[in-house]
Amino acid sequence: MAMTAAVVESAENRRRCGRTFVLRDAWIAGAASVAGPTEGRGPLGGRFDRIETGHLLGQASWEMAEAELARRAFMRLCGKLALEPGDFDLLLGGDLLNQTVASSFAARSLDVPLCGLYAACATFAEGLGLAATLCDAGFCRRVAVAVSSHHDAAERQYRFPTELGIQRPPTAQWTATGSVAVAVTSGAAGGGPVRLAAFTPGRVVDFAVQDPYHMGAAMAPAAADTLATLLEDLRQSPETLGPVYTGDLARAGVPLCEALLAKRGVRLSLRDCGIELYDPARQDVHAGGSGAACSALVTAARILPDLVAGAVERTCLCATGALHSPTTYQQGESIPGIAHAVLLERSGKGGGQA
Amino acid sequence: MRASKDAQAAYRRLVQRHAPRVPLLRNTVLAFVVGGSLCAVGQIFMNVFERHGLSPERAGAMTAVVIVLLGALLTGLGVYDEIVRLGGMGGSLPISGFANAMVAPAMEYRREGWILGVGARIFSIAGPVITYGLLAAMVIGAVYVALGLPPPR
Repeated sequence: MAMTAAVVESAENRRRCGRTFVLRDAWIAGAASVAGPTEGRGPLGGRFDRIETGHLLGQASWEMAEAELARRAFMRLCGKLALEPGDFDLLLGGDLLNQTVASSFAARSLDVPLCGLYAACATFAEGLGLAATLCDAGFCRRVAVAVSSHHDAAERQYRFPTELGIQRPPTAQWTATGSVAVAVTSGAAGGGPVRLAAFTPGRVVDFAVQDPYHMGAAMAPAAADTLATLLEDLRQSPETLGPVYTGDLARAGVPLCEALLAKRGVRLSLRDCGIELYDPARQDVHAGGSGAACSALVTAARILPDLVAGAVERTCLCATGALHSPTTYQQGESIPGIAHAVLLERSGKGGGQA
Repeated sequence: MRASKDAQAAYRRLVQRHAPRVPLLRNTVLAFVVGGSLCAVGQIFMNVFERHGLSPERAGAMTAVVIVLLGALLTGLGVYDEIVRLGGMGGSLPISGFANAMVAPAMEYRREGWILGVGARIFSIAGPVITYGLLAAMVIGAVYVALGLPPPR
């Protein structure tokens, strides 16, 4: 592919350009998505592998319900690819709960090594990037990346008890309920229909935003920083990236990110997973979706199928996270943002089903 | 990476320029309608209690009991949070909103048990109201004593 060649050329045969890892042997073999009921009623509802009808999944708490979401996504991935859990060399799991308990408790019934990740809602792209790096470097042949979030578990941890009456401002966002598991492989394990071409790990960027009901504003500078870095490192112009998705800047954050990029001379029209996951006319989610599952669900339901079907040749996913805790913002600290980006390309070959 | 003070200020202006408008008129009208409706329901109960021979004072107390019960019940049924989502302060300020602030944490933290869950955290929302209510009462009581005023009836 011409575009693939361009990236490798710009790399001048180095594996790292600036802050960006240039990957050669990392593929996405498949993905499985489990969505909550609200997400299932959204515009992508027909494209999820499974839609839960309730919020508790037969569990005793929101936290265990989220762990069950992650477990179901991972088992669904195994089923789709006809693999056993033990066929994965490693599971990279992440979520929003304290001590990442959803991932840990999901993995306690799985026979696979776990490395837990946390980058708030940017965890999915961080997981993809690290899994691709591990495969490319030859440490692993097949790595599963599983992320989850649960609306009620997040509300309770970050904000208020779920039944408390609250009127949210229009900049607030709705934590998505769902989980996605993705199989990242090296060529030795069969590759896949989508190639992970590059990974730009993000810096923590803090522009002193303090409003926990305006995460889009807190994260937009980090997304602009990472996207500008990726373009600079790979010496690409914005048009060559194909559609560029941000994770969950939502309606209030996307214009801020575009304005910051324009200031750096980058003209980019962004799509946003937080906007695509819900239908604002029918669903009262304020500025849009958020949560670790937000960018993952849109990736599984739209971004990967578009690449596999050949609707686009290339896509950049820049997942965004707000790295605060309820304790830090109650203590008056600002909300630092982070954004990790991965560049995805259509590989043109079969092998698995994304 | 922390932005410089100048960059922070410039970004604050950018955020303000792009800030979506809060639907103030809609929120105000809905708060009036929701809060007014709750009060109208209270008035109906009060009239009924008075007609059945309760003194106005007793009828008022009984009305408060009924509205608190109603708030607790609607919280348990998962309806009250929807009422406040629409009505804002119109739903939070009446005493049914206080019931919501007590019952919602009780439901949420029940999973951590009766002592460390419900017992320890039931006041996590309503606690500040009680703390500062008591403080205000103490300050005003002290003022009454200091000025030698008779206690209010």
